[in-house]
Amino acid sequence: MSTVTARPGPKRELLTLAIFALAILTMPIWLAPIGAGYPDILQKFAIFGIFAIGFNILFGFAGYLSFGHAAFLGAGSYAAVWAFKLFSLNAVFAIVFAIAVAGIFSLVIGYVSLRRSGIYFSILTLAFAQMSYNLAYSVLTPITNGETGLQLSGGDPRVLDRALFVTTSRLQPPDLFGIALQGWSGFYFCAVLLVIAFYVSMRIRHSAFGLTLLAIKSNQRRMGFTGFSAKPYLLTAFVISGMYAGLAGALLATTDPLAGADRMQWTASGEVVLMTILGGVGTLLGPVIGAALIKYLEQIFSSFNEALLHRTFDFLPGAADDVVTAIFAPFVGEGWQLTLGLMFMAIVIFLPGGIMEGVRRIAGASRRQRTGSSAAAREVGRRIPAE
Amino acid sequence: MDALILQVLNGLDKGGAYALIALGLTLIFGTLGVVNFAHGALFMLGAFCSVSFAKLLTISERVRDESVTFFEAYKEVPYLEIWWGETGKSIVDWAVPLSLLLTVPVMLLVGVAMERGLIRFFYKRSHAEQILVTFGLAIVLQEIVKSFFGANPIPLAAPAALSGSADIGSLVGLHGISYPLWRMIYFVFSLGVIGAVFAFLQLTTFGMVVRAGMADRETVGLLGINIGRRFTVVFGIAAVVAGLAGSMYTPILSPNYHLGMDFLVLSFVVVVVGGMGSLGGAVVAGFLLGILQSFASMTQVKAIIPGIDQIIIYLVAVVILLALPRGLMGRRGVMEA
Repeated sequence: MSTVTARPGPKRELLTLAIFALAILTMPIWLAPIGAGYPDILQKFAIFGIFAIGFNILFGFAGYLSFGHAAFLGAGSYAAVWAFKLFSLNAVFAIVFAIAVAGIFSLVIGYVSLRRSGIYFSILTLAFAQMSYNLAYSVLTPITNGETGLQLSGGDPRVLDRALFVTTSRLQPPDLFGIALQGWSGFYFCAVLLVIAFYVSMRIRHSAFGLTLLAIKSNQRRMGFTGFSAKPYLLTAFVISGMYAGLAGALLATTDPLAGADRMQWTASGEVVLMTILGGVGTLLGPVIGAALIKYLEQIFSSFNEALLHRTFDFLPGAADDVVTAIFAPFVGEGWQLTLGLMFMAIVIFLPGGIMEGVRRIAGASRRQRTGSSAAAREVGRRIPAE
Repeated sequence: MDALILQVLNGLDKGGAYALIALGLTLIFGTLGVVNFAHGALFMLGAFCSVSFAKLLTISERVRDESVTFFEAYKEVPYLEIWWGETGKSIVDWAVPLSLLLTVPVMLLVGVAMERGLIRFFYKRSHAEQILVTFGLAIVLQEIVKSFFGANPIPLAAPAALSGSADIGSLVGLHGISYPLWRMIYFVFSLGVIGAVFAFLQLTTFGMVVRAGMADRETVGLLGINIGRRFTVVFGIAAVVAGLAGSMYTPILSPNYHLGMDFLVLSFVVVVVGGMGSLGGAVVAGFLLGILQSFASMTQVKAIIPGIDQIIIYLVAVVILLALPRGLMGRRGVMEA
């Protein structure tokens, strides 16, 4: 599906990066008109964007569908909170620690899971994630604090802070060398990391390693015939994407220093799959768009309730207002999950390539109008058979 | 010894549920080649068929409670009881077994509609896409149920005559092993359903065609048999089996809307352990894992390995998948990777 292209020049890459960085950093301005111009939600866009970019490296580039990636997100969160408790309230330290922990964790799970492929791989990762989730709730309570979730407390040792004479008050949120990471500064911190994460993923995609992953996706057996052993490449991709998840988890813990086991649940793994699919599997930009869109819709839909619906449809005449409200009521508020499920199905059925595929089709259609039928023939040849 | 037998018994009813769901999953996978992540939701729908049926039977009228004489008290009396007296009362009491009358046609309809309306468009798509679309469907189904029945579990009682405990031990010459009767009934019921499915596949002409189609779909098609239509029926049967399993399970575990998801993950593990595409393997693995799980939740075992009851099934799945790539009884060449 994805066309393997020659590596674009460094100039082109830098240009893409600059445009991407500009778009991300100016999000507060251009997303304000649709009601997403506040730091809490933009922060979520950035964090889940990182998570989805990482997931895409495994699923989009190498074609391995992991159903247990939330385990690494959760592990990253726990590691970050522990770093805050034990070492320092400085976010940099916690992030490095969380990435390392998630990396080791994914190395172990990846090493075992990658012995199988296809649906077996999905089920193995799902099994491992469920195991982590169940253990986090039960036996590992001393580490995870069970259902309550792991939190900061006044009695934490914070050895590094103490050794370096950084005074921290009892219940102060994490910071970055003294800059508080709440509100806008929190968003810009996550946004900068998102831009870096995007750049790394772009470099991976265009490197020899990235091309190897794409080749594995298109035909692993043939790769074997040419003398390649796919396993080390796959494991590397798995660990990298696990580290991305760890970074996302650490950022979640940084902006809100609380880690709970529900971040590991398999529905959370399903969510990142949906983000990636919605945006466009295997594309660079798709996962970021998918993550932002899902988080945005989640915010919008779950904040609606019946009273708000009534007010929205107030302009309709009496009875029509009630009818329209009754139609939309099951899909908003508590029913947001229903909308999510329907969207999930609609995307997989009608637009398996996600939003990026849609954009490409529209762009292709307009180009076809200009250049005639040769492009049209190419487009038809690339289309996936419907049945 | 008694404790061991009790644990085996404990595992049988849960194992029965796993086996029934896994059987349906395997049937669908073996015939249609589709990985159905919505199968847990079908189990849940079955359970809610029972809930609806029980609600239907207990549509009530408020009448004066004559037994209270000090003040005006009212109680709800089901219409069935008003019309038919004792007979009506016992019909209400037997709601769960009787609800199978509703479950079977409803689930057959749901299954056929699902196959015709959605699944058939996904035969030639990748397994990943099948997983994703059925996963989405599962979310939709459970959210619909949630919006109708709420988020809380809804308790349903087994018939009074069957809700006590029975001295199972005396049957095999050991005394003092008493066990909830309904769980035993569930076990026997699941064996019955499994037997019926196998008999249907092995003894009828229809079943023979289906088995032939599982082995080589193309050749059967070339012989002029409309295999697609048979497979639709198979999907309906798989849905009915999952629905029956859920329907009868309600007295053991009060159903709520995410019941299906809880069972789905475990049932997939069961299918994989049994061997993808092997019906016998699914049944054996279902009971085996049910029993293993009940052994792992013994306090003596938990004292040695803490937390083992939470992860035993997944652990077994990992070990089996790595050691026996085809599962316990998987056929050669089916989904080997």
